[in-house]
Amino acid sequence: MATLNINGQSVQVDADPDTPLLWAIREHIGLTGTKYGCGVAQCGACTVHLDGQAVRSCVLPVSAVTEEQKIVTIEGLSPDGSHPLQVAWRALDVPQCGFCQSGMIMAAAALLAEKPRPTDEEINEAITNICRCGTYRRVRAGIHQAAAAGGATAG
Amino acid sequence: MTMHEAIRPSRRGLLKGAAGAVLLGFHLPSRQALAQGLPAAGSQPELNAWVVIHPDGRVVLRMAKTEMGQGVRTGLAQMFAEEMHCDWSKLSTEYVTPGQSLARNRVWGNFLTAGSQGIRSSQEIVRKGGAAARMMLTEAAAARWGVPAAECSAKDSVITHAGSGRTLRYAEVVTEASRLTPPSDVPLKDPAQWAVIGKPLPRLDTADKTTGKLVYGQDLRMPGMLIAVPKRCPVFGGTVQSFDAAAVSGMPGVRHVLKVGDAAVAVVADTFWQAKTALDALPVEWDTGENGRVSSETISAMLDEGLTAPEAFIGNQQGDARAAIAGAARRVEATYSYPYQNHAPMEPMNATVVWTAERCDVWCPTQNGEAALAAASQAAGLPQTACDIHRVDLGGGFGRRTVHDWLADAILIARQVPGTPVKTMWTREEDMVQGRYHPVTKCRLVAGLDAENRIVGLHMRISGQSILSTAFPGGLQNGRDPVQFQGLNAGGAEGAIGYTFPNLLIDHAMRNPHVPAHFWRGVNHNQNAIYLECFLDEVAHATNQDPLALRRSLMANHPKHLAVLNAVAERIGWDKPAPAGIHRGIAQQMGFGSYVAAAAEVSVSDKGQLRVHRIVAATDCGHAVNPRQIEMQVEGSFVYGLSAMLYGACTVKDGAIEQTNFDTYNVMRIDEMPEVETIVMPSGGFWGGVGEPTIMVAAPAVLNAVFAGTGRRIRNMPLGDQLRQRT
Repeated sequence: MATLNINGQSVQVDADPDTPLLWAIREHIGLTGTKYGCGVAQCGACTVHLDGQAVRSCVLPVSAVTEEQKIVTIEGLSPDGSHPLQVAWRALDVPQCGFCQSGMIMAAAALLAEKPRPTDEEINEAITNICRCGTYRRVRAGIHQAAAAGGATAG
Repeated sequence: MTMHEAIRPSRRGLLKGAAGAVLLGFHLPSRQALAQGLPAAGSQPELNAWVVIHPDGRVVLRMAKTEMGQGVRTGLAQMFAEEMHCDWSKLSTEYVTPGQSLARNRVWGNFLTAGSQGIRSSQEIVRKGGAAARMMLTEAAAARWGVPAAECSAKDSVITHAGSGRTLRYAEVVTEASRLTPPSDVPLKDPAQWAVIGKPLPRLDTADKTTGKLVYGQDLRMPGMLIAVPKRCPVFGGTVQSFDAAAVSGMPGVRHVLKVGDAAVAVVADTFWQAKTALDALPVEWDTGENGRVSSETISAMLDEGLTAPEAFIGNQQGDARAAIAGAARRVEATYSYPYQNHAPMEPMNATVVWTAERCDVWCPTQNGEAALAAASQAAGLPQTACDIHRVDLGGGFGRRTVHDWLADAILIARQVPGTPVKTMWTREEDMVQGRYHPVTKCRLVAGLDAENRIVGLHMRISGQSILSTAFPGGLQNGRDPVQFQGLNAGGAEGAIGYTFPNLLIDHAMRNPHVPAHFWRGVNHNQNAIYLECFLDEVAHATNQDPLALRRSLMANHPKHLAVLNAVAERIGWDKPAPAGIHRGIAQQMGFGSYVAAAAEVSVSDKGQLRVHRIVAATDCGHAVNPRQIEMQVEGSFVYGLSAMLYGACTVKDGAIEQTNFDTYNVMRIDEMPEVETIVMPSGGFWGGVGEPTIMVAAPAVLNAVFAGTGRRIRNMPLGDQLRQRT
């Protein structure tokens, strides 16, 4: 039995120690906004925040996460979809199928927290998530728009 | 209630779990309702098959097509609202099931959502559904007032009587309207009067995609649900020889270790991770048969033979190309090749099934509800009337979800766990090696030129795999696959060639390896456009002609092809020098009912690093329902098409696909995304698709620019590291 601090709540998780955090979040806790895309830390659909850092939860065993570490998922990024990235995403119609977008937004939120006005080059380095629909141009525009709206101060 | 009752989720039934988890709520419709194929219980009575109007004014449009990111939900809603005159801010959609459609004589038309058909194949039926609804509502209001319907008009879900100024809301007259006989003559607006079609409206479904709330097939949860993870023989056509269930049946969470048909095994467990862990540990022996000796090398040799084989299916023939080439003053020749590629949608295949001896219900992402129902019926051993498909939005489709091998296996698994909801989930690895791949082809092109460097004859010999032969053999015409010639045909909406040659022969030597081929976003246009558009570039350079000027000289009879080509040439500044270190390429193609062209600006470093800086794209899709959505499709098409050109290759070893995940099947990331400028130039009078056409021109425009910059002609896809290698 592991104890996880997720979206501000302490949750008991009855998962085998080697279960990746992704599956603990999705199947044991029941938060399905975080997606399974590849299972090998390539695509980033499983991105969550661990103490503010973007991590790929599909390769992180629950046993490697302490109960003090703060996990934030897309459901916990803002209570009502009001994070500047989410606002920008809606304004620019960033998502297409949307499956990768939880991970995109979480990766972008971690970037903005560290670099409030990221350059294109910094976006290229931080956002390595895969989107097969091809929303990259609008993802970039969304990050810039959220940054201009003060994205680092929220979430 | 028992699990013998059908279980149907509804959007209204979504319940919030303790930690914010989404759980599916259920209501169980009566057997009578099921037998009649009525829509989900709890709905308002319908006005007509297309629409339900709620007392609070909400208008719900029913959809047969599937949303997979291409924006069809918003486009259909715009076309419907255009004619219904309803309040856009209160319009939403819901999926109908193919079972309901079956029971109502296919009132919603064809469910297939592929081939860039979402809008163009349903525009008439959806617009007429909206117009009929408006007419019935208006008639009901007029009857209540005792005035002629002709004196009444409707706007934003409100009917107004011109003479008296009286008004009624749609919701106030919907009950009376629903009792009226639907009109038989339903006139549609002239496009010049359109006020909703053509507007760049935001999508209706974006919000839930930014908060994690949208429920995909992968996310479905049901009480008592188990998770199955299957593994099929990695060699297509192979079978299970033996497996040792006892070796894993005691592992945590494992409930069942199953054989699935004769070619797959599966572990059913409480969670995905438990099922996958046990499956990875499960000893399985496969009988791979003859196909186990096939490799990319043997397939390549098979296609090489076809390049010069005497027998071939003719796709387009004008004059006598062979004779013209034989008598030509000069010849230009080249051979190209295009590999297998996986669709690789972000959401791996999945389906949730409840099977009993009496009924089979499926919840899944599919691009074709009706084909899914047929596949389900067959696998379930039940008539279609005892099955149904409950759709969810797709985490990507790209053609992969038009074929239902994964669904059939999911049902074969659920049949072994009767009455229990079983969610079958493929791993990414399974998704990569059990694909239905972009077909593999090669193409030999020979142009004969006269003394003035004019093309007197062109022969294009395609050798390789036919999609229809595996996907839809019934579509073959005396053995010939008409889809093979997309973009090369003498005419037709699915791809008319944009050039006139005095003598032309385009033919196909069909060579079908055992790896199953399928429709893959852009389909055969992808390679056909590379073959023709890059080869024309070769002819231009070989004869010191400007690539644009050469094309224009062949396009006098093809004004719509020429118009989009001219548009991108003008926008990119073709007649002016490119910035230092930047090189340009151009391409055009017609397909899926639309005319598209692209002009690319690239640079290639001394070390062979390609960078695509800017692409200008033009689209003439006849009528443009939502220019903003078209821009999004154009941008996304470049990512899909350039990913294929840069990296996309599935290779075969010992009969199996070698690439197993994104670490070996690379795709474009954000750092490679060029600036994209989209020109939407609808010329009216026809309906063309927008989900795929731009993919056709992505690769050839960039490859032609690469040649302009390096003198390197890339003929074998993908590009890979070819520019980093010395010639």
